[in-house]
Amino acid sequence: MTYIAKPKLHHPALPKNAIGFTHRDYEGRISTLCAGCGHDSISAALIQACFELAIEPHRVAKLSGIGCSSKTPDYFLGQSHGFNAVHGRMPSVLTGANLANRDLIYLGVSGDGDSASIGLGQFAHCVRRGVNMVYICENNGVYGLTKGQFSATADKGSKSKTAVNSDSPIDLVSLALLLGATFVARGFSGDKHQLVPLLKAAIAHKGSAILDVISPCVQFNNNPESTKSYDFVREHNDAVNRIDFIVPKAEITVDYTPGSVETVRQHDGSIIKLAKLRNDYNPHDRAGAMAFCQAHAAKGEVVTGLLYIEDDAQDLHAHLNTVATPLNKLSEADLCPGSNALDAINASYR
Amino acid sequence: MPIAATNDFVVKFANVNGSGSASANELFARCILRMGVPVCSRNIFPSNIQGLPTWYEVRVSGEGWLGRRGGVDLMVCMNPQTWDKDVASIDRGGYLLYDCTKPMPASKFRDDLTVLGVPLTLLSNSLEGTIPRERQLLKNVIYLGALSSLLGFEAEVVESLIGQQFKGKDKLIKLNMRAIELGHEYAAQNLAGKCQLKVERSDKVGDRIFIAGNDAAALGCVYGGATVAAWYPITPSTSLAEAFQKHCKKLRVDPVTKENKFAIVQAEDEIAAIGMVLGANWNGARAFTATSGPGISLMQEFFGLAYYAEIPAVIFDIQRGGPSTGMPTRTQQSDILLAAYASHGDTKQVMIFPKGPNEAFEMAASAFDYAERLQTPVFVMMDLDIGMNDWLVDPLTWDDARIYDRGKVMTADELESGKLFARYLDVDGDAIPYRTLPGVHPTKGSYFTRGSSHNAYAVYSESGTDYTDVMQRLLQKFETAKRLLPQPVRHNAGATTRWGAIYYGSTHLAMDEAFAALEGRGLCIDTLRIRAFPFADEIADFIDAHDQVFLIEQNRDAQMQKLIVNECAIDPAKFISILHYDGTPITARFIEAAISERMMLKAQREAAE
Repeated sequence: MTYIAKPKLHHPALPKNAIGFTHRDYEGRISTLCAGCGHDSISAALIQACFELAIEPHRVAKLSGIGCSSKTPDYFLGQSHGFNAVHGRMPSVLTGANLANRDLIYLGVSGDGDSASIGLGQFAHCVRRGVNMVYICENNGVYGLTKGQFSATADKGSKSKTAVNSDSPIDLVSLALLLGATFVARGFSGDKHQLVPLLKAAIAHKGSAILDVISPCVQFNNNPESTKSYDFVREHNDAVNRIDFIVPKAEITVDYTPGSVETVRQHDGSIIKLAKLRNDYNPHDRAGAMAFCQAHAAKGEVVTGLLYIEDDAQDLHAHLNTVATPLNKLSEADLCPGSNALDAINASYR
Repeated sequence: MPIAATNDFVVKFANVNGSGSASANELFARCILRMGVPVCSRNIFPSNIQGLPTWYEVRVSGEGWLGRRGGVDLMVCMNPQTWDKDVASIDRGGYLLYDCTKPMPASKFRDDLTVLGVPLTLLSNSLEGTIPRERQLLKNVIYLGALSSLLGFEAEVVESLIGQQFKGKDKLIKLNMRAIELGHEYAAQNLAGKCQLKVERSDKVGDRIFIAGNDAAALGCVYGGATVAAWYPITPSTSLAEAFQKHCKKLRVDPVTKENKFAIVQAEDEIAAIGMVLGANWNGARAFTATSGPGISLMQEFFGLAYYAEIPAVIFDIQRGGPSTGMPTRTQQSDILLAAYASHGDTKQVMIFPKGPNEAFEMAASAFDYAERLQTPVFVMMDLDIGMNDWLVDPLTWDDARIYDRGKVMTADELESGKLFARYLDVDGDAIPYRTLPGVHPTKGSYFTRGSSHNAYAVYSESGTDYTDVMQRLLQKFETAKRLLPQPVRHNAGATTRWGAIYYGSTHLAMDEAFAALEGRGLCIDTLRIRAFPFADEIADFIDAHDQVFLIEQNRDAQMQKLIVNECAIDPAKFISILHYDGTPITARFIEAAISERMMLKAQREAAE
């Protein structure tokens, strides 16, 4: 980490987005993570995604649990409210926040210890419910803050400086597919070109968008025997597609070889352009996606890209049939039935 | 001598659960209410769906005493498993009603009892066109018919209640009325004059309603503006969450769009439930959870976060018998210390203690005001007796001029005008800082909520001074809470006395009756009913003003007494604990006996000196 304070001034010619904001307006405090940490790359990708989408930063709520990854919401979107909850319980806090105000964008940031160990139950259930959120698991296979114990996503046989992991790994992507997530992707913190459009598409998705992002821990899990190291992921990365995310009405500028591009239109009118890197992969086939991921994992390959998307996803608010006005904006007039109604209620108890 | 009493007796039904007795027994209580005679009823039920013993106790009290009296005058013995104990528990000279289809050996009865045999099985088998399961259910209706004859119910009252219960199902009305008539005819022909317990029409019920505390608390949540409920099923709190759903479906659906102005989530566990409640409250919705002791244990970590990060929340703790799984279907007041200091580190939590359904309604609504004003969790400490039993109480009331107190939430306009926002800074001198809601303003008012140490500006800090400043302010905030929360209710004896008594919650029914009885015997005691923690100064003053103070509670360890000793620095020798914790609601007879014994002992000792 660095102790040098970020200057508030910036170059007047910095590029601005559609609402007149520069990159700097999406930054947060200076990161306290280790130099080279994958998590900082993810924060940078989030900053870029929000800048490119021209999101008003204060319309985002950032929630996290406990751990290195969960510290990161302090390091991006400084104008957004943040909530660093308790270990493994970000999903429930995010669910409640989302119920209170359906109009904000909810970013849930978690890690593999937070999501796959102590918080596996809450991860599973918030996915099942279809909470409208972007759930990012910054996955490095170790507990960094407590100095290098294996987490539940560490591959069997993976080696740390002092031990070999003998437990089977939990694959959050496979779990998310099984549990009914309507947007499932895997990225790599070292591949910003793939990660930024994935984040943009996830933000636009109305439902549970799960992003498992392999994010190497330079301090404790970047050794040659680790399957979550920069080198291993680069060598074994099997990307199924490249996507480009296009907001409604924007000009389509990407150019792909004809026949290799698929267009996915989301609920809000946004368009995802999928450049197929593998012809045998269909991101609309949940069961196929599960089989594909499992088969490649068995071969020691890390499948990345947009793995599954349900075009017409529905979120928890749709399931609960809640009013369009955020619940936290309803007043006495909306909520309190009044004394006349109470007279009738009293009568029913006689 | 057989007991003779009019409008003043206790009937207990001993049934097997799952046999359909509950609705017939409730109908019995309602018949008496409809005749203008006050009753209170209590379910003593197992943690089971079918086959285990369950009891329903109805106290008929023309005088209007609605706590448990203790003792049984008439037992309806429908459960062979518990027969011996049930028969043994009837008061001397009492009555026993049973199914005499099969003869019972004489040794199974008591000489002093009046036995009322009704061939329930035989009679139910005579109901044509019924299947065995229906005949099983109708046995309960037949004993209701027999009781209506024995106790002198008005026929129209029974008929109208049956009509109401099976509204729109004419076939069922006919069948049930036929069962009532069978029981009534049999008793009139074979048992006439044998029962000297009678119900006579009165006007003592008035406009009162018969409602369970969980139902009333759920209505309080609707009236208090709760929009988010997250919960996990656990006896005895489940019916609160379910009642909230029921009332919201009637009262909170937009008439035009048919969309809901509420969100209810059945969470995966209690931890997730409280997490959702905190998330929603953090984001400006009024949210609550309902649970019981085991749930409170599970939620501990989140309570510490809410206390330290200053997030409002409302938690209903419908207390049951602990520890561990304990007695899930029996009542206790045994989570007091658990809630008072919930979570690790130095914490202190706000508790309020409704005495019954009316206060459950009122305090449920107010709890959201307290939570948002104080920015801290508020525990509404109920118990199974209040929550799950129907109580005869005054109608619920609501003042239409009432406005919700949403606490110190800084608006976009205030931020825009340049008003200083520092999340954890005490600017008003009441130790309550201002908060903002996510999304309020494009460039002002955002902050980071965290359970790690922070300074007054919500910035992470490991500075000892920053930490102690916040912790000291949290203590001061509880001084503000003392003044805001419901004050204790004091009742002075007719004459000056050095004896005091303190109690809280559901104990009040039995207390009122016991104290009237004690005063009738010339034993004068001033009483104080606690309604909130942190404790109002009046509580220490009350204890100081008396030589000895009885503290009546429904737990083993005198938890409230310990809390008072701890918080008010009072000599424990001041207290005499009166503790009732077998899982059944405390009775007037128990309190009267325990207190009078101690007072007379003291008087004898002083006389001897």
